Amino acid sequence: MPASITVSSHPSVQYLLRIGDTCLIHAQRLAEWSGHAPIVEEDIALANMALDLIGQARAVLGRAGELEAELGGEAHDEDQLAFLRDERDFRNCTIVELPRGDFALTMLRNCALAIFLKLLWDGLAASSDGQLAAIAGKAVKEARYHEEHAAGWVVRLGDGTSESAARSKAALDVLWPYVAELFEDDAIDAAAAASGLGPRWSELRDGWHAAFGAVLAAAALEAPAERAFRSTGKAGRHSEHLGYVLAEMQHLQRAYPGGVW
Amino acid sequence: MSTGAPADSSRAEEVRLERAWQVLRGVHDPEVPVVSVVDLGIVRGVAVEGDSIVVAVTPTYSGCPATEAIEHSIVAAVDAAGLGPTRIRMQRAPAWTSDWISAEGRAKLHSYGIVPPGAVEAPARAPIRFVARPPPRLACPRCASSDTERLAAFGATACKALWRCRACGEPFEHFKPI
Repeated sequence: MPASITVSSHPSVQYLLRIGDTCLIHAQRLAEWSGHAPIVEEDIALANMALDLIGQARAVLGRAGELEAELGGEAHDEDQLAFLRDERDFRNCTIVELPRGDFALTMLRNCALAIFLKLLWDGLAASSDGQLAAIAGKAVKEARYHEEHAAGWVVRLGDGTSESAARSKAALDVLWPYVAELFEDDAIDAAAAASGLGPRWSELRDGWHAAFGAVLAAAALEAPAERAFRSTGKAGRHSEHLGYVLAEMQHLQRAYPGGVW
Repeated sequence: MSTGAPADSSRAEEVRLERAWQVLRGVHDPEVPVVSVVDLGIVRGVAVEGDSIVVAVTPTYSGCPATEAIEHSIVAAVDAAGLGPTRIRMQRAPAWTSDWISAEGRAKLHSYGIVPPGAVEAPARAPIRFVARPPPRLACPRCASSDTERLAAFGATACKALWRCRACGEPFEHFKPI
Protein backbone atom coordinates (compact mmCIF):
# COMPACT_ATOMS: atom_id res chain seq x y z
CA MET A 1 0.00 0.00 0.00
CA PRO A 2 1.50 3.40 -0.97
CA ALA A 3 2.47 5.62 1.90
CA SER A 4 -0.09 8.13 3.02
CA ILE A 5 0.78 11.79 2.66
CA THR A 6 0.96 14.30 5.47
CA VAL A 7 -0.47 17.72 4.78
CA SER A 8 0.70 21.10 6.06
CA SER A 9 -0.80 22.07 9.40
CA HIS A 10 -0.78 25.74 8.38
CA PRO A 11 -4.19 27.22 9.33
CA SER A 12 -4.89 28.49 5.80
CA VAL A 13 -4.35 25.03 4.33
CA GLN A 14 -6.46 23.49 7.09
CA TYR A 15 -9.26 26.00 6.45
CA LEU A 16 -9.32 25.03 2.76
CA LEU A 17 -9.30 21.32 3.61
CA ARG A 18 -12.40 21.79 5.76
CA ILE A 19 -14.24 23.24 2.78
CA GLY A 20 -12.90 20.83 0.16
CA ASP A 21 -13.38 17.73 2.32
CA THR A 22 -16.91 18.70 3.32
CA CYS A 23 -17.84 19.03 -0.38
CA LEU A 24 -16.02 15.81 -1.30
CA ILE A 25 -17.53 13.53 1.35
CA HIS A 26 -20.99 15.07 0.89
CA ALA A 27 -20.66 14.29 -2.83
CA GLN A 28 -19.71 10.67 -2.09
CA ARG A 29 -22.86 10.19 -0.02
CA LEU A 30 -25.08 11.81 -2.68
CA ALA A 31 -23.46 9.74 -5.42
CA GLU A 32 -24.34 6.54 -3.54
CA TRP A 33 -27.90 7.15 -4.73
CA SER A 34 -26.96 6.62 -8.37
CA GLY A 35 -29.18 3.80 -9.54
CA HIS A 36 -31.10 3.71 -6.24
CA ALA A 37 -33.22 6.87 -6.10
CA PRO A 38 -37.00 6.41 -5.91
CA ILE A 39 -37.57 7.99 -9.35
CA VAL A 40 -35.24 8.47 -12.29
CA GLU A 41 -35.48 12.29 -12.21
CA GLU A 42 -34.17 12.29 -8.64
CA ASP A 43 -31.46 9.81 -9.53
CA ILE A 44 -30.24 12.28 -12.12
CA ALA A 45 -30.68 15.27 -9.81
CA LEU A 46 -28.65 13.67 -7.02
CA ALA A 47 -25.87 12.71 -9.42
CA ASN A 48 -25.85 16.24 -10.87
CA MET A 49 -25.53 17.80 -7.43
CA ALA A 50 -22.78 15.34 -6.47
CA LEU A 51 -20.95 16.33 -9.63
CA ASP A 52 -21.13 20.04 -8.78
CA LEU A 53 -19.77 19.27 -5.30
CA ILE A 54 -16.93 17.14 -6.67
CA GLY A 55 -16.02 19.99 -9.01
CA GLN A 56 -16.00 22.40 -6.07
CA ALA A 57 -13.91 19.96 -3.99
CA ARG A 58 -11.40 19.54 -6.82
CA ALA A 59 -10.95 23.28 -7.14
CA VAL A 60 -10.58 23.92 -3.40
CA LEU A 61 -8.30 20.93 -2.75
CA GLY A 62 -6.20 21.94 -5.74
CA ARG A 63 -5.82 25.40 -4.25
CA ALA A 64 -4.96 23.91 -0.83
CA GLY A 65 -2.16 21.89 -2.43
CA GLU A 66 -0.75 24.93 -4.23
CA LEU A 67 -0.86 26.90 -1.02
CA GLU A 68 1.23 24.24 0.72
CA ALA A 69 3.97 24.89 -1.83
CA GLU A 70 3.61 28.68 -1.58
CA LEU A 71 4.12 28.32 2.17
CA GLY A 72 7.37 26.50 1.54
CA GLY A 73 6.16 22.94 1.93
CA GLU A 74 5.64 20.08 -0.48
CA ALA A 75 2.90 20.63 -3.08
CA HIS A 76 0.12 18.05 -3.41
CA ASP A 77 -2.42 17.83 -6.20
CA GLU A 78 -6.15 17.31 -5.77
CA ASP A 79 -5.91 13.56 -6.37
CA GLN A 80 -3.15 13.05 -3.82
CA LEU A 81 -5.18 15.00 -1.29
CA ALA A 82 -8.34 13.00 -1.96
CA PHE A 83 -6.84 9.55 -2.24
CA LEU A 84 -3.69 9.45 -0.13
CA ARG A 85 -4.71 11.00 3.16
CA ASP A 86 -5.72 8.87 6.12
CA GLU A 87 -9.00 9.27 7.92
CA ARG A 88 -7.54 11.42 10.70
CA ASP A 89 -6.25 13.90 8.11
CA PHE A 90 -9.69 14.54 6.63
CA ARG A 91 -11.26 17.75 7.86
CA ASN A 92 -14.90 17.46 6.76
CA CYS A 93 -17.75 18.22 9.12
CA THR A 94 -19.05 14.99 10.61
CA ILE A 95 -22.61 15.49 9.37
CA VAL A 96 -21.66 14.71 5.75
CA GLU A 97 -20.09 11.33 6.57
CA LEU A 98 -23.18 9.88 8.29
CA PRO A 99 -24.74 7.04 6.26
CA ARG A 100 -27.08 8.28 3.57
CA GLY A 101 -30.17 6.93 5.34
CA ASP A 102 -33.48 7.14 3.53
CA PHE A 103 -34.64 9.73 1.01
CA ALA A 104 -35.96 12.01 3.77
CA LEU A 105 -32.58 12.10 5.50
CA THR A 106 -30.77 12.70 2.22
CA MET A 107 -33.05 15.63 1.33
CA LEU A 108 -32.85 17.18 4.81
CA ARG A 109 -29.07 16.90 4.89
CA ASN A 110 -28.75 18.22 1.36
CA CYS A 111 -30.94 21.19 2.23
CA ALA A 112 -28.96 21.89 5.42
CA LEU A 113 -25.64 21.67 3.59
CA ALA A 114 -26.75 23.66 0.54
CA ILE A 115 -27.83 26.53 2.78
CA PHE A 116 -24.60 26.29 4.77
CA LEU A 117 -22.41 26.17 1.67
CA LYS A 118 -24.32 28.99 0.00
CA LEU A 119 -23.62 31.23 2.99
CA LEU A 120 -20.00 30.09 3.11
CA TRP A 121 -19.37 30.62 -0.64
CA ASP A 122 -21.02 34.00 -0.34
CA GLY A 123 -18.49 34.96 2.35
CA LEU A 124 -15.60 33.40 0.42
CA ALA A 125 -16.43 35.41 -2.70
CA ALA A 126 -14.75 38.31 -0.87
CA SER A 127 -11.68 36.25 0.10
CA SER A 128 -8.25 37.86 0.06
CA ASP A 129 -7.21 34.79 -1.96
CA GLY A 130 -8.23 35.64 -5.53
CA GLN A 131 -8.44 32.00 -6.63
CA LEU A 132 -10.66 31.03 -3.74
CA ALA A 133 -12.88 34.04 -4.42
CA ALA A 134 -13.23 32.95 -8.06
CA ILE A 135 -14.13 29.37 -7.10
CA ALA A 136 -16.73 30.71 -4.65
CA GLY A 137 -18.26 33.07 -7.20
CA LYS A 138 -19.18 30.07 -9.34
CA ALA A 139 -20.08 27.68 -6.53
CA VAL A 140 -22.54 30.02 -4.84
CA LYS A 141 -24.82 29.84 -7.89
CA GLU A 142 -24.75 26.04 -7.80
CA ALA A 143 -25.48 25.93 -4.06
CA ARG A 144 -28.55 28.13 -4.60
CA TYR A 145 -29.91 25.69 -7.16
CA HIS A 146 -29.27 22.75 -4.80
CA GLU A 147 -30.98 24.56 -1.95
CA GLU A 148 -34.06 25.31 -4.00
CA HIS A 149 -34.34 21.70 -5.07
CA ALA A 150 -33.71 20.12 -1.66
CA ALA A 151 -35.92 22.58 0.22
CA GLY A 152 -38.81 21.79 -2.12
CA TRP A 153 -38.48 18.11 -1.20
CA VAL A 154 -38.19 18.80 2.55
CA VAL A 155 -41.48 20.70 2.38
CA ARG A 156 -43.22 18.02 0.31
CA LEU A 157 -42.04 15.20 2.57
CA GLY A 158 -42.45 16.96 5.92
CA ASP A 159 -45.87 18.29 5.03
CA GLY A 160 -46.80 15.17 3.05
CA THR A 161 -48.21 11.83 4.16
CA SER A 162 -48.01 10.56 7.73
CA GLU A 163 -45.28 8.16 6.58
CA SER A 164 -43.14 10.84 4.91
CA ALA A 165 -43.66 13.21 7.86
CA ALA A 166 -42.63 10.54 10.38
CA ARG A 167 -39.55 9.68 8.36
CA SER A 168 -38.61 13.36 8.04
CA LYS A 169 -38.94 13.83 11.78
CA ALA A 170 -36.81 10.75 12.48
CA ALA A 171 -34.17 11.95 10.00
CA LEU A 172 -34.05 15.38 11.62
CA ASP A 173 -33.47 13.70 15.00
CA VAL A 174 -30.52 11.78 13.54
CA LEU A 175 -28.95 14.83 11.86
CA TRP A 176 -29.55 17.55 14.41
CA PRO A 177 -26.78 16.66 16.93
CA TYR A 178 -24.24 17.17 14.12
CA VAL A 179 -25.43 20.62 13.04
CA ALA A 180 -23.72 22.54 15.85
CA GLU A 181 -20.26 21.52 14.65
CA LEU A 182 -20.74 23.50 11.46
CA PHE A 183 -20.67 26.73 13.45
CA GLU A 184 -18.02 25.94 16.07
CA ASP A 185 -15.05 28.29 15.91
CA ASP A 186 -11.43 27.57 16.67
CA ALA A 187 -7.95 28.96 15.98
CA ILE A 188 -8.25 28.06 12.27
CA ASP A 189 -11.33 30.24 11.89
CA ALA A 190 -9.62 33.04 13.77
CA ALA A 191 -6.59 32.87 11.47
CA ALA A 192 -8.78 32.84 8.34
CA ALA A 193 -10.73 35.86 9.55
CA ALA A 194 -7.51 37.69 10.43
CA SER A 195 -5.87 37.03 7.05
CA GLY A 196 -9.07 37.73 5.10
CA LEU A 197 -9.05 34.19 3.67
CA GLY A 198 -12.65 33.61 4.71
CA PRO A 199 -15.30 34.09 7.38
CA ARG A 200 -15.39 32.46 10.79
CA TRP A 201 -17.98 29.73 10.42
CA SER A 202 -19.73 30.94 13.58
CA GLU A 203 -20.68 34.06 11.58
CA LEU A 204 -22.87 31.85 9.39
CA ARG A 205 -24.91 30.46 12.30
CA ASP A 206 -27.71 33.05 12.45
CA GLY A 207 -28.26 33.17 8.70
CA TRP A 208 -28.36 29.39 8.52
CA HIS A 209 -30.88 29.05 11.35
CA ALA A 210 -33.11 31.69 9.78
CA ALA A 211 -33.09 30.02 6.36
CA PHE A 212 -33.30 26.40 7.51
CA GLY A 213 -35.89 27.32 10.15
CA ALA A 214 -38.09 28.81 7.44
CA VAL A 215 -37.92 25.57 5.45
CA LEU A 216 -38.76 23.51 8.55
CA ALA A 217 -41.71 25.77 9.34
CA ALA A 218 -43.10 25.35 5.82
CA ALA A 219 -42.54 21.60 6.16
CA ALA A 220 -44.42 21.46 9.49
CA LEU A 221 -41.26 20.16 11.13
CA GLU A 222 -39.65 21.34 14.34
CA ALA A 223 -35.98 21.58 15.12
CA PRO A 224 -35.06 19.27 18.01
CA ALA A 225 -33.61 20.80 21.17
CA GLU A 226 -29.88 21.48 21.11
CA ARG A 227 -27.73 19.12 23.15
CA ALA A 228 -24.27 19.44 24.67
CA PHE A 229 -22.73 16.86 22.28
CA ARG A 230 -20.27 18.27 19.71
CA SER A 231 -18.92 16.27 16.81
CA THR A 232 -15.28 16.96 15.85
CA GLY A 233 -14.75 15.98 12.21
CA LYS A 234 -13.26 19.39 11.38
CA ALA A 235 -10.44 18.57 13.80
CA GLY A 236 -9.91 15.13 12.24
CA ARG A 237 -11.73 13.13 14.93
CA HIS A 238 -14.49 11.43 12.98
CA SER A 239 -17.43 9.13 13.49
CA GLU A 240 -17.03 5.41 12.79
CA HIS A 241 -18.50 5.95 9.31
CA LEU A 242 -15.79 7.93 7.48
CA GLY A 243 -13.30 5.08 7.33
CA TYR A 244 -15.73 3.03 5.24
CA VAL A 245 -16.35 5.94 2.85
CA LEU A 246 -12.59 6.34 2.36
CA ALA A 247 -12.01 2.59 1.96
CA GLU A 248 -14.33 2.61 -1.03
CA MET A 249 -13.24 5.99 -2.42
CA GLN A 250 -9.49 5.39 -2.07
CA HIS A 251 -9.27 1.68 -2.86
CA LEU A 252 -8.19 1.95 -6.50
CA GLN A 253 -5.45 4.53 -5.93
CA ARG A 254 -4.15 2.60 -2.95
CA ALA A 255 -4.16 -0.72 -4.81
CA TYR A 256 -2.86 0.67 -8.10
CA PRO A 257 -0.77 3.72 -7.17
CA GLY A 258 -0.81 6.46 -9.79
CA GLY A 259 -3.32 4.61 -11.97
CA VAL A 260 -5.05 6.84 -14.53
CA TRP A 261 -8.00 6.46 -16.86
CA MET B 1 9.15 33.86 -35.99
CA SER B 2 8.84 36.93 -38.17
CA THR B 3 11.98 38.96 -38.59
CA GLY B 4 10.20 41.77 -40.39
CA ALA B 5 9.48 45.26 -39.13
CA PRO B 6 7.35 45.61 -35.95
CA ALA B 7 4.33 46.60 -38.04
CA ASP B 8 4.61 43.33 -39.98
CA SER B 9 4.89 41.19 -36.88
CA SER B 10 1.90 42.82 -35.21
CA ARG B 11 -0.07 42.31 -38.42
CA ALA B 12 1.02 38.64 -38.46
CA GLU B 13 -0.10 38.30 -34.86
CA GLU B 14 -3.49 39.78 -35.70
CA VAL B 15 -3.94 37.32 -38.53
CA ARG B 16 -2.89 34.43 -36.29
CA LEU B 17 -5.39 35.46 -33.62
CA GLU B 18 -8.21 35.90 -36.13
CA ARG B 19 -7.49 32.44 -37.54
CA ALA B 20 -7.47 31.01 -34.03
CA TRP B 21 -10.94 32.49 -33.38
CA GLN B 22 -12.14 30.97 -36.65
CA VAL B 23 -10.83 27.57 -35.60
CA LEU B 24 -12.50 27.92 -32.18
CA ARG B 25 -15.83 28.67 -33.85
CA GLY B 26 -15.57 25.14 -35.23
CA VAL B 27 -14.83 23.44 -31.87
CA HIS B 28 -18.08 22.02 -30.57
CA ASP B 29 -19.30 21.22 -27.09
CA PRO B 30 -19.15 17.41 -26.79
CA GLU B 31 -22.46 17.25 -24.92
CA VAL B 32 -24.37 19.89 -26.89
CA PRO B 33 -22.66 19.38 -30.25
CA VAL B 34 -24.75 21.98 -32.05
CA VAL B 35 -22.96 24.91 -30.41
CA SER B 36 -19.31 25.88 -30.48
CA VAL B 37 -17.20 26.89 -27.52
CA VAL B 38 -17.37 30.46 -28.82
CA ASP B 39 -21.20 30.35 -29.05
CA LEU B 40 -21.32 29.16 -25.44
CA GLY B 41 -19.21 32.07 -24.28
CA ILE B 42 -16.67 29.89 -22.48
CA VAL B 43 -13.75 31.19 -24.57
CA ARG B 44 -12.97 34.46 -22.82
CA GLY B 45 -9.92 35.50 -24.79
CA VAL B 46 -7.19 34.43 -27.17
CA ALA B 47 -3.71 35.91 -26.94
CA VAL B 48 -0.21 35.35 -28.25
CA GLU B 49 2.32 34.89 -25.47
CA GLY B 50 5.84 34.22 -26.61
CA ASP B 51 5.55 31.43 -29.20
CA SER B 52 2.25 30.19 -27.86
CA ILE B 53 -1.42 30.84 -28.41
CA VAL B 54 -3.12 31.05 -25.03
CA VAL B 55 -6.87 30.43 -24.90
CA ALA B 56 -8.63 31.60 -21.74
CA VAL B 57 -11.53 29.28 -20.86
CA THR B 58 -14.18 29.70 -18.17
CA PRO B 59 -15.99 26.48 -17.14
CA THR B 60 -19.80 26.45 -17.19
CA TYR B 61 -20.26 24.38 -14.02
CA SER B 62 -17.69 23.48 -11.33
CA GLY B 63 -18.15 19.80 -11.99
CA CYS B 64 -18.83 19.86 -15.73
CA PRO B 65 -17.31 16.57 -16.92
CA ALA B 66 -16.88 17.99 -20.42
CA THR B 67 -14.40 20.65 -19.28
CA GLU B 68 -11.31 18.55 -19.86
CA ALA B 69 -12.57 17.14 -23.16
CA ILE B 70 -13.27 20.70 -24.34
CA GLU B 71 -9.78 21.83 -23.36
CA HIS B 72 -8.24 18.93 -25.27
CA SER B 73 -10.37 19.65 -28.36
CA ILE B 74 -9.37 23.31 -28.30
CA VAL B 75 -5.65 22.54 -28.06
CA ALA B 76 -5.91 19.82 -30.73
CA ALA B 77 -7.87 22.03 -33.16
CA VAL B 78 -5.65 25.11 -32.86
CA ASP B 79 -2.49 22.98 -33.06
CA ALA B 80 -3.85 21.11 -36.09
CA ALA B 81 -4.41 24.44 -37.85
CA GLY B 82 -0.70 25.11 -37.47
CA LEU B 83 -1.26 28.04 -35.11
CA GLY B 84 0.14 26.45 -31.95
CA PRO B 85 1.72 25.57 -29.66
CA THR B 86 -1.51 26.13 -27.77
CA ARG B 87 -2.10 26.42 -24.06
CA ILE B 88 -5.29 26.72 -22.01
CA ARG B 89 -5.63 29.20 -19.21
CA MET B 90 -8.42 28.31 -16.79
CA GLN B 91 -10.12 31.59 -15.92
CA ARG B 92 -12.64 31.13 -13.09
CA ALA B 93 -13.52 34.76 -12.48
CA PRO B 94 -15.87 36.26 -13.40
CA ALA B 95 -18.01 33.13 -13.15
CA TRP B 96 -19.64 31.92 -16.38
CA THR B 97 -23.25 32.91 -16.88
CA SER B 98 -25.70 31.68 -19.49
CA ASP B 99 -26.08 35.36 -20.47
CA TRP B 100 -22.77 34.89 -22.33
CA ILE B 101 -24.32 32.49 -24.85
CA SER B 102 -24.33 34.37 -28.18
CA ALA B 103 -27.46 35.17 -30.17
CA GLU B 104 -26.23 32.72 -32.80
CA GLY B 105 -25.71 30.08 -30.11
CA ARG B 106 -29.26 30.62 -28.83
CA ALA B 107 -30.68 30.20 -32.31
CA LYS B 108 -28.69 26.98 -32.80
CA LEU B 109 -29.87 25.58 -29.46
CA HIS B 110 -33.48 26.35 -30.34
CA SER B 111 -33.29 24.69 -33.72
CA TYR B 112 -31.67 21.66 -32.04
CA GLY B 113 -34.69 21.33 -29.72
CA ILE B 114 -33.16 22.88 -26.60
CA VAL B 115 -34.91 25.98 -25.30
CA PRO B 116 -32.19 28.60 -24.75
CA PRO B 117 -31.93 30.25 -21.34
CA GLY B 118 -33.71 33.52 -20.65
CA ALA B 119 -31.80 36.39 -19.12
CA VAL B 120 -30.57 35.67 -15.61
CA GLU B 121 -32.89 37.77 -13.53
CA ALA B 122 -32.53 36.71 -9.92
CA PRO B 123 -29.92 38.83 -8.21
CA ALA B 124 -27.56 36.55 -6.31
CA ARG B 125 -29.10 37.41 -2.96
CA ALA B 126 -32.78 37.17 -3.85
CA PRO B 127 -34.64 34.93 -1.40
CA ILE B 128 -35.11 31.35 -2.52
CA ARG B 129 -38.69 30.13 -2.84
CA PHE B 130 -38.98 26.63 -1.53
CA VAL B 131 -42.73 26.20 -1.60
CA ALA B 132 -43.52 24.51 -4.88
CA ARG B 133 -44.21 27.13 -7.52
CA PRO B 134 -44.25 26.07 -11.15
CA PRO B 135 -41.53 27.86 -13.12
CA PRO B 136 -42.70 30.28 -15.84
CA ARG B 137 -43.80 28.29 -18.88
CA LEU B 138 -41.50 27.93 -21.85
CA ALA B 139 -42.61 27.74 -25.45
CA CYS B 140 -42.14 24.29 -26.96
CA PRO B 141 -39.22 24.40 -29.42
CA ARG B 142 -41.15 22.12 -31.81
CA CYS B 143 -44.75 23.35 -31.90
CA ALA B 144 -44.37 26.69 -30.03
CA SER B 145 -47.23 25.87 -27.65
CA SER B 146 -46.86 27.28 -24.17
CA ASP B 147 -48.83 24.37 -22.69
CA THR B 148 -45.61 22.94 -21.24
CA GLU B 149 -44.37 21.68 -17.89
CA ARG B 150 -41.05 21.03 -16.21
CA LEU B 151 -40.51 17.34 -15.52
CA ALA B 152 -37.17 17.60 -13.73
CA ALA B 153 -34.98 20.43 -12.49
CA PHE B 154 -31.87 18.48 -13.53
CA GLY B 155 -31.32 16.92 -16.93
CA ALA B 156 -28.87 14.77 -18.85
CA THR B 157 -26.10 17.32 -18.36
CA ALA B 158 -25.40 19.80 -15.58
CA CYS B 159 -26.53 22.71 -17.74
CA LYS B 160 -30.02 21.46 -18.70
CA ALA B 161 -33.45 20.73 -17.21
CA LEU B 162 -36.08 18.38 -18.66
CA TRP B 163 -39.48 19.63 -19.91
CA ARG B 164 -42.49 18.24 -21.74
CA CYS B 165 -44.97 19.81 -24.14
CA ARG B 166 -48.54 18.80 -23.41
CA ALA B 167 -49.75 20.00 -26.81
CA CYS B 168 -47.51 17.92 -29.06
CA GLY B 169 -46.53 15.38 -26.43
CA GLU B 170 -42.79 15.74 -27.05
CA PRO B 171 -40.17 16.09 -24.31
CA PHE B 172 -37.59 18.82 -24.70
CA GLU B 173 -34.63 20.27 -22.83
CA HIS B 174 -34.10 23.71 -21.35
CA PHE B 175 -30.66 25.25 -21.06
CA LYS B 176 -30.82 26.58 -17.48
CA PRO B 177 -30.27 30.28 -16.87
CA ILE B 178 -27.50 30.61 -14.28
